[in-house]
Amino acid sequence: MDLNLLWYLVPSVIMFCCGVYGFVTRKNMIAILVSLELILNSADLNFAIFNRFLFPGSMEGMVFTLFAIAIAAAETAVAIAIIINIYRAIGSTEVNETNSMKH
Amino acid sequence: MVGNIILYFVVALVMVIFSFMAVKTTKILRAATYLLFVLLGSAVFYFQLGYQFLGAVQVAVYAGGIMVLFVFAILLTHRPNDPENPLRSHRRIAGVVASVAGAVLLLWSLFTMPMVEGEGVRSLSDALAAGPDITMKMIGRAFTGTEKYQYLLPFEAVSVLLLACIIGGVTVARKR
Amino acid sequence: MGITLPILILALPLFMFLLLGIGGVKMSRKVAGVLGILGMGTTMTLAYIVAFTYFFSGDAAFIVDGVRQQFQVFDVTWLAFTEKLVVNIGFLLDPISAMMLVVITTISFMVHLYSWGYMEHEGGFQRYYAFLSLFSFSMLGLVVATNIFQMYIFWELVGVSSFLLIGFFYRLPSAVAASKKAFIVTRFADLGFLLGILTLSYFTDTFNFVDMTSNPMQVLTQTGGATFLGASVLTWAMVLIFTGGMGKSAMLPLHIWLPDAMEGPTPVSALIHAATMVVAGVYLVARMFPVYCVVEASMTFITVVGAITAFYAAVVACTQVDIKRVLAFSTISQIAFMMVSLGVARDHMAGVHYSGLGYMAGMFHLFTHAMFKALLFLGAGALIHAVHSNDYTKMGGLRKYMPITHWTFLIGCLAIAGIPPFSGFFSKDEMLAAMFGNSWLWGAWMTMVAGLTAFYMFRLYYLIFWWEENPEYKHHRPHDAPWQMSLPLLILAAVSVVAGFIPFGTLVTWDGAPYHIHLETPVAVTSIIVAVAAIALATVMYRKKNPLPTKFKNAMPGLWQAAHRRFYWDEIYLFITRKIIFGIICTAIAWFDRHVIDATMDAFAKVTQKVSYSIRGLQSGNVQAYVLWYFFGAVALAAITWICLL
Repeated sequence: MDLNLLWYLVPSVIMFCCGVYGFVTRKNMIAILVSLELILNSADLNFAIFNRFLFPGSMEGMVFTLFAIAIAAAETAVAIAIIINIYRAIGSTEVNETNSMKH
Repeated sequence: MVGNIILYFVVALVMVIFSFMAVKTTKILRAATYLLFVLLGSAVFYFQLGYQFLGAVQVAVYAGGIMVLFVFAILLTHRPNDPENPLRSHRRIAGVVASVAGAVLLLWSLFTMPMVEGEGVRSLSDALAAGPDITMKMIGRAFTGTEKYQYLLPFEAVSVLLLACIIGGVTVARKR
Repeated sequence: MGITLPILILALPLFMFLLLGIGGVKMSRKVAGVLGILGMGTTMTLAYIVAFTYFFSGDAAFIVDGVRQQFQVFDVTWLAFTEKLVVNIGFLLDPISAMMLVVITTISFMVHLYSWGYMEHEGGFQRYYAFLSLFSFSMLGLVVATNIFQMYIFWELVGVSSFLLIGFFYRLPSAVAASKKAFIVTRFADLGFLLGILTLSYFTDTFNFVDMTSNPMQVLTQTGGATFLGASVLTWAMVLIFTGGMGKSAMLPLHIWLPDAMEGPTPVSALIHAATMVVAGVYLVARMFPVYCVVEASMTFITVVGAITAFYAAVVACTQVDIKRVLAFSTISQIAFMMVSLGVARDHMAGVHYSGLGYMAGMFHLFTHAMFKALLFLGAGALIHAVHSNDYTKMGGLRKYMPITHWTFLIGCLAIAGIPPFSGFFSKDEMLAAMFGNSWLWGAWMTMVAGLTAFYMFRLYYLIFWWEENPEYKHHRPHDAPWQMSLPLLILAAVSVVAGFIPFGTLVTWDGAPYHIHLETPVAVTSIIVAVAAIALATVMYRKKNPLPTKFKNAMPGLWQAAHRRFYWDEIYLFITRKIIFGIICTAIAWFDRHVIDATMDAFAKVTQKVSYSIRGLQSGNVQAYVLWYFFGAVALAAITWICLL
């Protein structure tokens, strides 16, 4: 018995589905962002896993993951800036209270 | 070998449990903490897969930088352990149905997908042996060249993106 | 003859229309008026040159052995739809088109000049001149058409110009209604015209007049004896084409638009609704005359329609109060006279020394009538200009105040009544001779109409210029019109006096061979006696204010009332349209439209609206919901793929 592709993919899938669940059900925007990080992290992990097991001779998956991490960092920073601004404006970070701009 | 398997199981279990708890907990700071454990688990996986630099970046950027941002944001918008302001959720049934259906479908297709002998069922030690060790020199060349499989242009693009993101973050979040 | 002059005759009025229509707003009234008059004067000169060249140059292209030829100055392919359906555009010069060039340009020039005085204080002066130019262009194009389709195109163009000019005072609801009425009624007639053109050309494979009229028997053989509803197809085609002429020339029962068309400015009535456009129907019949001769039934139809219309319009004219309407009904009657004259002419007829006399006489009367009827209308315009009313009850005793108008109007009345030596006498005498030559019935009938004509014209004359002075003249003294208006009156009066002595028979006959006019003494004497008797009766009744007219009116109130209301034709049309078409047929169609067609469309709309309403929650702007649906969709697609692969 040795570790192969499937072993690594299973936790990634479960992480992804937990992320989806959190993204759909959470009301707090920071919690939604946490779920989003889970989804992103699962995708990053998949790049690395497939690179290692299917194309061990090259490193494109890893490079892609590096870029993804950089962009995720940027995205999170902006998202948090927006959330803080919203909190300042309406005193809350709940998504169902951010519809005041619609009316 | 056996140590690797034991490590895998421990980490996999930690990641599954904490990702589940990260989306179920009612305390925002705890959710962030559970996320940190998941990210660290991912970093361990990267190390195990032979991507030491990637694991280091994961720890430094994600677990270090982004988590700090999260904690800042949470502390700016919540009082810690506020009993009157727990995390609430909605659309629970829809969320459960969506995620369970997705998980079932993905896992089912994962376990029934046809594998090519010697490729898909290659073990971790074979896979590590099949490729060269990823050295810092290789990574450095990949990011600073313009040949095939070299990524100077995306690298610079990301640097511009980060600059834009800094300016954007400041502009959005500053007091008027 | 080169093609420069003929093309200029058409191009100049069109250019003036564009110039005045587009640039008119930037011009002063004086500039626009002078430009319009100069343009029309040049066109008139050119038309005179062309007509005189045609008639008197003796060129071999125009006259061979004393027989006048039809000459196509040019005839170019304009629209080639298929191999057989080719529409040409060209310029045909033959006796009637050359004569019409003279008539149209002369009257048009007189009207241009007259309008300068008449329209002086009206708004839209430049627009008015632009429309006059458009009308002149269309009418000239109509008469020189080489083929029936070109004629149809210009036929519609004169209809449009007539519509524009009748509705010139577009702030008056009555003018707007009259213009719509004229347009719609002639439109129905033109539908018949178009059907006739298509039927005819389907068999002849050509639109060209010369091809059709030079060999009319071939047209008959080409239709191959096909029949439809008991009449030959050729009869149908010719009667349908005549329907177009009935609309334009205001024959019964399509005459209802012409009296209302008097809402337009009076010079326009003189030009369009007396002298030129309304004789287009007569011109059309004359143009197709050899083909009409082949079909005896269509000629009878033309004669009967003309005879009934002539009598009807003459009777109605005796009872009208509005002087322009009297003249309008007089016009209808006179045009019907020409129609009867054409209807009794034949290409050959046993026992008659000259069978084409009716044709020649009809054209002669068209010419003289254009002159004296334009004169009468322009005179009426001068009266209206002076008294500010169309109503003769507001006039009376005007002979002392407006001598020029009085004398010229009297000349017009004498001409139309057929008193020698005025022009109307000669043309009317030839027409009556032709009618007697065909059948004594038509001759007697039309002599009676001629008597009525003399009566109602002198009734009008006496009521305007004699009768009793309107006391309002003391406050507002009427006077003769300015020179721009008086000059055309004098010129037209002079023409009306001498036009009868033109040797018309040597110029215009149906086959081009000359005919020397000689008076038919019995006919001439009869018609003079009838006319003089009618004038005498009018003198007795209307010269001085007396109770005689009222007595006559009270003696036969039913007839008088019916004639005064124009024998209820308008009411009949209104009944048919409002009660029968709108009331019965349209109600059913409207029900179908509302409850079947609209309802189907409404149902579509309602279903769409309900479905959209029920799914509009999807477009909430809530990203979490989007992700949920997206995820469901992705899972569903993946599941479907898997099921298909299994």
